[in-house]
Amino acid sequence: MRIRGLFVLTALACAATGCSSIEPWVKPYDRENLADPIMSFSRAPISQDFLDHVFESREGSRGASGGGGGGCGCN
Amino acid sequence: MSNQVHTGLSRYVITCLALVGVAPTAVGGVLPEDRADVLYFRYDGGGVTINGPSMLVRKSIGEHVSVAANYYVDMVSSASIDVQTSASPYEDERTQSMLSMDFLHGKSTYSIGYVNSDESDYKAKTLFASVSHDMFGDLTTISFSFKNGQNEVFKNVKIDDVRQNDPAFNGGLGSADMESKSYSLSLSQIITRNLILSGQYEVITDEGWLNSPYRSVRFFIGTDAQGQQPEVYPNTRSSNAASIRGKYFLPWRAALDGMYRFYTDTWGVIGHTGELGYVHPLDTKFAGGDWTIEGRFRYYRQTAADFYADIFPRADFSNFMARDKELATYNAMTAGIAATYEFKIERFPWLSKGQINLRYDHMMVNYDDFRDATYSLGKFGVIPDPQLPPGTEPLYELRANIFQFYISAFF
Repeated sequence: MRIRGLFVLTALACAATGCSSIEPWVKPYDRENLADPIMSFSRAPISQDFLDHVFESREGSRGASGGGGGGCGCN
Repeated sequence: MSNQVHTGLSRYVITCLALVGVAPTAVGGVLPEDRADVLYFRYDGGGVTINGPSMLVRKSIGEHVSVAANYYVDMVSSASIDVQTSASPYEDERTQSMLSMDFLHGKSTYSIGYVNSDESDYKAKTLFASVSHDMFGDLTTISFSFKNGQNEVFKNVKIDDVRQNDPAFNGGLGSADMESKSYSLSLSQIITRNLILSGQYEVITDEGWLNSPYRSVRFFIGTDAQGQQPEVYPNTRSSNAASIRGKYFLPWRAALDGMYRFYTDTWGVIGHTGELGYVHPLDTKFAGGDWTIEGRFRYYRQTAADFYADIFPRADFSNFMARDKELATYNAMTAGIAATYEFKIERFPWLSKGQINLRYDHMMVNYDDFRDATYSLGKFGVIPDPQLPPGTEPLYELRANIFQFYISAFF
């Protein structure tokens, strides 16, 4: 029931906005703050890759951390 | 990229270039910026010291191609708790090489890459590919990536006092195979002019030799004696991980970020990861500030695998048995601070900017069901005095210090 309601709501929203021409609500000239280097999720990929490897080698969890690939290093 | 070109770009293009690092995976529509990084790291904790360099270079070729190369070395000196109770200290080295290429076509970026990891008892070759696409006025980036890893596991033994691969390992084959596949879907969304959110879902499947060739489980003999036997793991493992992260630009030019990840797998491990970070430039100028400081706190909690036990009731207790502390129930907290000094060198106009970075993290891991067996088994065969009965040893705690020093150059 809830899923059907969500579908109807989405269909109505699409009909109202035309769907094919969604206007970006944050204009390119409004993205100054988002473009600041401090807003990057990984300001230092070399450091983040190393830390991801440290955590992945010592934890049971893995994945969904945005990391790369490679060996184990944990035997 | 030269300063001249940089100043000639419109604000929109500069914005897009800076947004390269926004999404945790590849970003569609914009190539990553040209840079070179050299890192020295040192991990020291739990009887293990790992240090080494890592070098990363990324360079654009024309307007549509960017290539990246990484070379990474782990120099390991290990006398970990597992080694203390069942082996002798050892030293090893792992080298990892990575080469990747990004192709930009319209709003889409296609990436391929290859990672080769080599150590004396573990060799891994990983191929990865991803595609990212910008949508809805570049407010949304959707990415899909795939990885395939072919791994070869060996067991090192000392023969005639020389450490080498055991030819008798895996029933005389000398090595064992493991294949890993990963499928990841991520979505990055600009919410407001100050807030960006990103979600990722990743499925990883492993098949083949998954346990350590060295580690043993222990079991009770009667009530106050114990024995040991090799671990036995399932040959397959499938995991699901979903994460959401957000970053918010604060009014005084600082950034606050948060992350939560939920993890579950077919071995029964359930993990929760939470992280909070704060980045604060000490100089209020928009660009060209001198110092930036960063604080970060990470919390991790997991439940044990179904076939994990610190000590089993008897030998051959079940089909699968593990005593890997990474499969135990525990929580971990990591707190870190970092400082970045940014500079420009007038004599090198091709250098857009340089950075000197220093970072320190302290990791504290407290195990709920992994005991310090050196109190009963001893260290390297030396029986402790007094010797505690098995199952009564204090719970193990790991404390580690992680240092990083790296220099970054942007072109």
